[in-house]
Amino acid sequence: MSAALPGTVEADVAVVGAGPAGLAAAVASAEAGAAVVVVDAGPQPGGQFWRHRPESVEPDPDGKGHHGWRTYRDLRARFDAARHSGRITYVPGQQVWMAEKVHAGFVVRTTPTVTAGPTSGTADGGSTVVARRLVLCPGGYDRQLPVPGWDLPGVMAAGGIQAFIKGNGGLPGKRFVIAGTGPFLLPVAAGIAEAGGQVLAVLESSSPKAWLPHLRAAAGVPEKALEGVEYGAVFARHRIPYRIRTIVTEVLGTDCASGVRTAKVDAEGRVRPGTERVYRDVDVVGFGWGFTPQMELPLSLGVETRMDADGSLVGVVTERQESSIPGLFLAGEVTGVGGATLAVLEGLTAGTAAAAAPAPAAVVPGLRAMARHRRFAEAMHRAHPVPAAWQDWLAPQTTVCRCEEVTAGEITAARDDLGAHHARTLKSFTRAGMGWCQGRVCGFAAACLGAGPGAAPSIESLSGAAKRPLAAPVGIGELAALKNTDD
Amino acid sequence: MNAASDVLVIGAGVIGAATAYFATQQGLTVTVLDKGLPASGTSSACEGNILVSDKELGPELELTRYSLDVWHGDLAEHKRLWEFESKGGIIVASRESSLASLNRVMASQAGYGVRVDRLDPDDLRKAEPHITPDALGGAFYPEDCQVQPMLVAGHLVRLATQAGARFVADTPVSGFLRSGDRVTGVRTPRGDFSAGAVVNCTGTWAGQLAALAGVSVPVLPRRGFVMVTEPLPPMIHHKVYAAEYIDNVGSSDAGLQASPVVEGTPSGTILIGSTRERVGFDRTVSTDALRLLAGNGVSLFPFLEHVKAIRHYHGFRPYCPDHLPVIGHDERAPGLWHAAGHEGAGIGLSAGTGKLLAQALAGQSPDLALAPFAPARFGEQALNSTTHREEATA
Amino acid sequence: MSANTSGNNPSGTPGEVTVSFDGRPITTSAGQSVGSALVTNGITAWRDTRKHARPRGLFCGIGVCFDCLVTVDGAPNQRACLVEVHEGMEIKGSSEPNVPPLAEPEGGRK
Ligand SMILES: Cc1cc2nc3c(=O)[nH]c(=O)nc-3n(C[C@H](O)[C@H](O)[C@H](O)COP(=O)(O)OP(=O)(O)OC[C@H]3O[C@@H](n4cnc5c(N)ncnc54)[C@H](O)[C@@H]3O)c2cc1C
Ligand SMILES: Cc1cc2nc3c(=O)[nH]c(=O)nc-3n(C[C@H](O)[C@H](O)[C@H](O)COP(=O)(O)OP(=O)(O)OC[C@H]3O[C@@H](n4cnc5c(N)ncnc54)[C@H](O)[C@@H]3O)c2cc1C
Ligand code: FES
Repeated sequence: MSAALPGTVEADVAVVGAGPAGLAAAVASAEAGAAVVVVDAGPQPGGQFWRHRPESVEPDPDGKGHHGWRTYRDLRARFDAARHSGRITYVPGQQVWMAEKVHAGFVVRTTPTVTAGPTSGTADGGSTVVARRLVLCPGGYDRQLPVPGWDLPGVMAAGGIQAFIKGNGGLPGKRFVIAGTGPFLLPVAAGIAEAGGQVLAVLESSSPKAWLPHLRAAAGVPEKALEGVEYGAVFARHRIPYRIRTIVTEVLGTDCASGVRTAKVDAEGRVRPGTERVYRDVDVVGFGWGFTPQMELPLSLGVETRMDADGSLVGVVTERQESSIPGLFLAGEVTGVGGATLAVLEGLTAGTAAAAAPAPAAVVPGLRAMARHRRFAEAMHRAHPVPAAWQDWLAPQTTVCRCEEVTAGEITAARDDLGAHHARTLKSFTRAGMGWCQGRVCGFAAACLGAGPGAAPSIESLSGAAKRPLAAPVGIGELAALKNTDD
Repeated sequence: MNAASDVLVIGAGVIGAATAYFATQQGLTVTVLDKGLPASGTSSACEGNILVSDKELGPELELTRYSLDVWHGDLAEHKRLWEFESKGGIIVASRESSLASLNRVMASQAGYGVRVDRLDPDDLRKAEPHITPDALGGAFYPEDCQVQPMLVAGHLVRLATQAGARFVADTPVSGFLRSGDRVTGVRTPRGDFSAGAVVNCTGTWAGQLAALAGVSVPVLPRRGFVMVTEPLPPMIHHKVYAAEYIDNVGSSDAGLQASPVVEGTPSGTILIGSTRERVGFDRTVSTDALRLLAGNGVSLFPFLEHVKAIRHYHGFRPYCPDHLPVIGHDERAPGLWHAAGHEGAGIGLSAGTGKLLAQALAGQSPDLALAPFAPARFGEQALNSTTHREEATA
Repeated sequence: MSANTSGNNPSGTPGEVTVSFDGRPITTSAGQSVGSALVTNGITAWRDTRKHARPRGLFCGIGVCFDCLVTVDGAPNQRACLVEVHEGMEIKGSSEPNVPPLAEPEGGRK
């Protein structure tokens, strides 16, 4: 399935990511006449939103449990056609660990997502892509807030549960509690129920009333309302309780999750005394507090950034999705978390522009649709904020950095005693964010803790947490064999 | 106007932190300013070795020895705060010619009192079981040690504030207050700060700061990359570096200061350092540097070939043309003092630098003469003599 | 990535795949991730953390958190959520530390 791609590949346009944004960008660029290379960490196209079972076992997925599957089928058919005609070179199963700006454009260096073991009998290596223009569509991942017990096995990212179902066709457990904030909790719970799991509750820290000021923006995107109705029906059919202004205050269990303690909160996220409740016999707890865009590649190339309405660091782009670095385009979550439909529109725009093609007429309505989706996304972010008082939920011994096992107490001590108010300095002093995941999971929380209770982290602190000079672990043997492409 | 103090330290890297700490120990009132947070400059982008093994006979070796005494003496009670480890350093030779050079260096170092033991191949493999099979022998330096440099800076600032100093973050100095020739304080966006003595501890930026006072202090940046591996069980037990680099510079002098170091850290990662290149303040990642580091690491420890790097970082060593720091009073601008330009040894030298400077600030004659480090020792042409050519890394 | 091994299936049941976890055979179906194979066999944790030896398994599910590391066919520190199983795959948790494969002491390098 994966075309082995040793050595160096040259192209007009390199696209990183084959999710909604990347697929659309690749197709648009190729159809505009460009030679395109698409690099994706996953083994097959789809990204997070259109993740599906391996095509080796399910060659013709029916799209059950998916939204916008028709769009995917259309993009995929065009993607495959362009591969067939040689316009698109597809490099799956490779992670980009570094992107550089060079005289000729951009160099993208990759390493296998999975290392073939010495006893596996297969060999693999990385590749180098040199392209005049680069479109980065690396998407994002679930944003997390630590809470006592969240490091127990059985606790997962809400999106991770969904990815498990979409990718494997099964469930990671039997009895689930889903908690956090945002409309994304609904498809996760619905997916679990449709796959045969029992959802004991969906706990939403916000309240639907938070939407009232934003109804106009919401009305601009009627398909979201339809999705909501659909989930409502699934929730009713499976009797899934949806509790608002409710959070998990603790995951219970010693060696794995066995239950959760919950409480009602006020509008700031402060726990209301006497509202505690315990759910037992829970084997999977899913948390999602929105998404964090994967900013390391854009940041390493030096793009201008801003803070989005959800508090995420995102790249600044023009109407054509071009970043502050000429020739570097961004699409999808890295320009602001806004859902797959917006990601596709942005991808089409970016791909067309990266191919240096004049904008076709079709892109003009695209612009208006993008604006509508962005207004909706902003309304969603404002209605589902990270609760201001979330830091109060932590105990001093609560793990914040899962990799290096750094506790909330250690972080607040470094902040208060050593003056570490930024994520980068906290990392230097406590090692939070220094481990395998390089702060992807704890970065946002650490930046908030550095800013102090109730305060929002500065953009400098968020950038400090998001800078990762290596965008993926890479073999030292591979590095020793590097070739310079700018000679 | 902020309250006046005896001493105003600009820069909260290891050098400023040590200076502030020892000044409070002298009973002086101290204010510390930094444009960012503590340890946000080069002190958070280095390796934390305190090395005797790479020093040649001269003022730097004396300062290193003095500094080691301070680490083991005045600062001993705080060792645990900054993960002080006396683990010793090993230089490895994998070619006959470099073994010969190493033997020469060892002999001369032993002659001026550096403790060093010869390691035959068996000793070497006992000390470092995963060392390259090519290794022909080595030298062990028991005095070499290691600290976590960010924690040194952070805790010394904290200890200084506990002793009465005031630390003000996010306060870039933009100019000096003068009374005639005399420097009497600094200007910042948070208002003016006045002091009896202003100490320039701004590391790589010390030249820029000095220029604001109208004096030239030729401190320049020399970039260095360090590669960090995935966390592993203990595989490397000392600081280990290759003697081939003595060869590269042809003789025993100065050469060892440019050695690559491979070492384990208490958290399980292995640091592979470090390159040296003069490229100004260029932050662009260099694939050449990464390749060199990776190659060097694998040549010392072949198992590293199958290990993953999870990050790398780089910093800018503050260096002077004669590779010695500037420490002391600047008679060209009375009231202004400098402690900067410690190049690739600032962590190790910080303890001694801070203590000596504090003695001088308190009007005592310092334990070690500061004359070799005099700020005005350079001619005015020094600043222009730097090239932007990339030089051999490592 | 991992080869499609549906043709190489000694157990006989179509789509069934047998792998080993810490030496003990477990069955799963083709197309599963290692993480899914383990979890659906009741193994929810397969790694102990370095500092406090706490158990870990799947968390992010998409290759971001590195909580789910396993040794696969001798390659240490692979993300269980990303590796697809194949018949005969040897999976090891990290009850023993993940020592990287050591080079043979033969020399011969430049
Ligand atoms: C687990 C998960 C589930 C989600 N489910 C939903 C949902 O049900 N409904 C909804 O509205 N939104 C969902 N989202 C949000 C969703 O990601 C976006 O709406 C949409 O998928 C964004 O598209 P994208 O193309 O920007 O990113 P993605 O779909 O995330 O695609 C990014 C692609 O880039 C690849 N990539 C990233 N970094 C690299 C690299 N360094 N090298 C190579 N490849 C790389 C990734 O492997 C991925 O294939 C989900 C998000 C996550 C994380
Ligand atoms: C890759 C690498 C490896 C190294 N390895 C070692 C090693 O193993 N052992 C060793 O001893 N040394 C090592 N070094 C050298 C060591 O890091 C430096 O010598 C040392 O950190 C210098 O400390 P400093 O306090 O002078 O400078 P810095 O740590 O840079 O501190 C200067 C401070 O001044 C502040 N500042 C600058 N301008 C202003 C202004 N206008 N106003 C206010 N504040 C300002 C900055 O914000 C900064 O915090 C290494 C260096 C590098 C780059
Ligand atoms: S579960 Fe996070 S990387 Fe596999």
